[in-house]
Amino acid sequence: MVAHLLRLKLTLLRNGLRRSPWQLVGMAIAGLYALGMVATLVMALVILRNAPLDLAQTAVVLGGSAAILGWGVVPVVASATDMTLDPARFTTFAIPMKQMLAGLALGGLIGIPGLATSLVALSTVATWSHGVLPALAAFVGAVLGVLTCVVLAKVVTTATASLAASRRFKDISAIAFMVPLVLMGPIVAGIGQGLSASTGFLPGFARTLSWTPLGAPWSLGGDVAAGQPGQAALKLLVSVAALAALAWAWKSLLERALVTPPYAGSGRRKGGRLGLLGVLPATPAGAVMARSLTYWFRDPRYSGSLVVIPLLPVVLAFQGSQTGDFTSLGILAPISAFILAWSISADVSYDNTAFALHLATGVRGLADRLGRALACLAFALPVVLVFALGYSALTGDWAGLPGQLGLSLGILFTGLGLASVVSARYTVAVPLPGDSPFKKPPGNVGQTLAVQFGGLLVLMVLVLPQVGLLVAQVVTGNGLFGWINLTAGTVLGLVLFVLGVRLGGKWLDNRGPELLAQVSVNR
Amino acid sequence: MTAPQPDPALQPDQAPQREPAPQPDHALHSVPALHPGVAPQVPALSIRGLAKRFGGKIAVDGISLDVPAGSFYGIVGPNGAGKTTTLSMATGLLRPDFGTAAVHGVDVWQRPLDAKRLMGILPDGVRLFDRLTGEQLITYAGLLRGMDRETVATRVADLLAAMDLQEDAGTLVVDYSAGMTKKIALASALIHAPRLLVLDEPFEAVDPVSAANIRSILDSYVASGGTVIVSSHVMDLVQRMCDHVAVVANGRLLAAGTVDEVRAGASLEDRFVQLVGGRSHTEGLEWLRTF
Repeated sequence: MVAHLLRLKLTLLRNGLRRSPWQLVGMAIAGLYALGMVATLVMALVILRNAPLDLAQTAVVLGGSAAILGWGVVPVVASATDMTLDPARFTTFAIPMKQMLAGLALGGLIGIPGLATSLVALSTVATWSHGVLPALAAFVGAVLGVLTCVVLAKVVTTATASLAASRRFKDISAIAFMVPLVLMGPIVAGIGQGLSASTGFLPGFARTLSWTPLGAPWSLGGDVAAGQPGQAALKLLVSVAALAALAWAWKSLLERALVTPPYAGSGRRKGGRLGLLGVLPATPAGAVMARSLTYWFRDPRYSGSLVVIPLLPVVLAFQGSQTGDFTSLGILAPISAFILAWSISADVSYDNTAFALHLATGVRGLADRLGRALACLAFALPVVLVFALGYSALTGDWAGLPGQLGLSLGILFTGLGLASVVSARYTVAVPLPGDSPFKKPPGNVGQTLAVQFGGLLVLMVLVLPQVGLLVAQVVTGNGLFGWINLTAGTVLGLVLFVLGVRLGGKWLDNRGPELLAQVSVNR
Repeated sequence: MTAPQPDPALQPDQAPQREPAPQPDHALHSVPALHPGVAPQVPALSIRGLAKRFGGKIAVDGISLDVPAGSFYGIVGPNGAGKTTTLSMATGLLRPDFGTAAVHGVDVWQRPLDAKRLMGILPDGVRLFDRLTGEQLITYAGLLRGMDRETVATRVADLLAAMDLQEDAGTLVVDYSAGMTKKIALASALIHAPRLLVLDEPFEAVDPVSAANIRSILDSYVASGGTVIVSSHVMDLVQRMCDHVAVVANGRLLAAGTVDEVRAGASLEDRFVQLVGGRSHTEGLEWLRTF
């Protein structure tokens, strides 16, 4: 039975790769990346063999603890767990619980994270190959440690399965996950500084950890090598007990989960609140605008990019604080203008087949394009204005304001116009409605890249006048260029906006059914 | 925003080639003339030689059909017969490779916006804008049709009551059950009071009480002169509900006419199985009785 489950996992993996060569490419890239990491870590562990015992023990215990912690935390926040061996799918088969647990646990090791963790953990045997006994202890510790990782991940996913199945939790966790991702730079820098400031603290911390289930399995080899077999025996007890407790918790959670399928319903709510649909003009374009705006706030695939915007100044300000030079904040307004304007270039792809409603109701392409563009403009314009004014207020550089505004508004209006054309004609691979924004989208990666890069090139060419004027202002220091930029950028941008919306609308009228057929491929 | 639009006629290079459609060579019945007793008039839906190929597979192989105005028309066929593809091409959602479709004389592919004004469509297997509440979704459909706010509000309230969805009007459609989703999609197709309703699998996953409510709505709609086309593979339902029926299999039209004409004395289900074939009479699964 265990072998059956493992074979099933392998078959699923192989069939998944067979679906498209791009899957294989993605897997290969992830594999190469993991291989690089694994090679580095294995090398480091082998070299640690000749390092002082204390240092090696500290590094191994801290690294191992981080691995266990990662296996426990990542599945929850990423909400992109590998559910190919979802226990719920075995409900109708009468599989004995013990064999199912063993099969699922070993199945969890198949895949890049599992293999990488196992390889690195096993190379701690090399670190402690000072003799037969330490190596043996390290081996036992590595096996226990890897099993703890896998079982902990299973406990966490099973415990949160019903939670994770609820739409609200998925939406919120997806957006919340955006925050540390965007702030990665400052966070890593902060931790690095903290660590280098507290080198004296680490060995003590590792010693404490080695008595907890997080560090205990990883400390066995080191303790035996240091000639403290009694301590090692106690820690072996700790890790075996922890693993047993986790396995027991998993078993009871699983037993309960198998007979209580996740209930994803939410309370019933009476109507009467039309939201933006009741506020904006009762025209087709107004309705599209209201619907798009509602989606910007309710659909995590959209609101994920909204969360990024307020974090951008934080990241840039952090970089500024490192060097004491805050001029990099000047790119804030044009960059956010670009991000927001370009975000509607995949609008129809995000709709997926819900776009059929627009087609069935015979809404004119012009109204469709205009509504979507205005929805984006409704919050993009204030954001860009605030960022531009804020930068001038911060640096006191009011002479540069017109030029910066000209460039930013030019990018915003031009980008919206161009995005209206692009999304009327080309579809790109995006996460499906209801999926996490981090989930790998189905579909043609090649076309996505071509559309995105092609669009970006065209946009760069279209905003060249504003860029040129800004450069001229910076080089000559003549404020007149700024005012020309403000006028030209706004006027040119608006002209391109109108042209883009009209052209996109015309294309949509002509090719709506073809567009629906394109998005129907991925559903 | 309200600038005059060029006539949304097809661009020459995108128009489907209007070559003579391949004729179904073993259709049992040719397209019947208008049913006796119905005054000669423009059919509610008239399709001629519709054909569609997906890659190497011919999904629809030259279907011609007239749906008389004021009829309750059922389209039946086994899974994968081409019902959904045919209806998509007839309603302007999928461009046919060959053939034409006209709603009350308005060509769907030459004057799509005019034709769509006459039609209410419930497509099968497409998503909805499910991050809207049920109430918002119907309102959205109405506003997209260019209706004014007051009319939309009145009709939304009526439709929610008729579909028994008042208690869930403020719930997001993504949290609806399958049957509720079907009902809300049907309500969005009804809001502009179309002359022709094209419903693809309207009763799938709908509970019996709601199905009965929907049927009585559709019955009175037909009685007042509207035309309904439903696709289904539940023969019983079609026999009880519809006055006309067309049998489709393998992308071809096998029979069409009034329900009585098509079933020719037998039950529609028996006649269907006879037409479509494929019933297995083997004495298989003996072991299933060995428990």
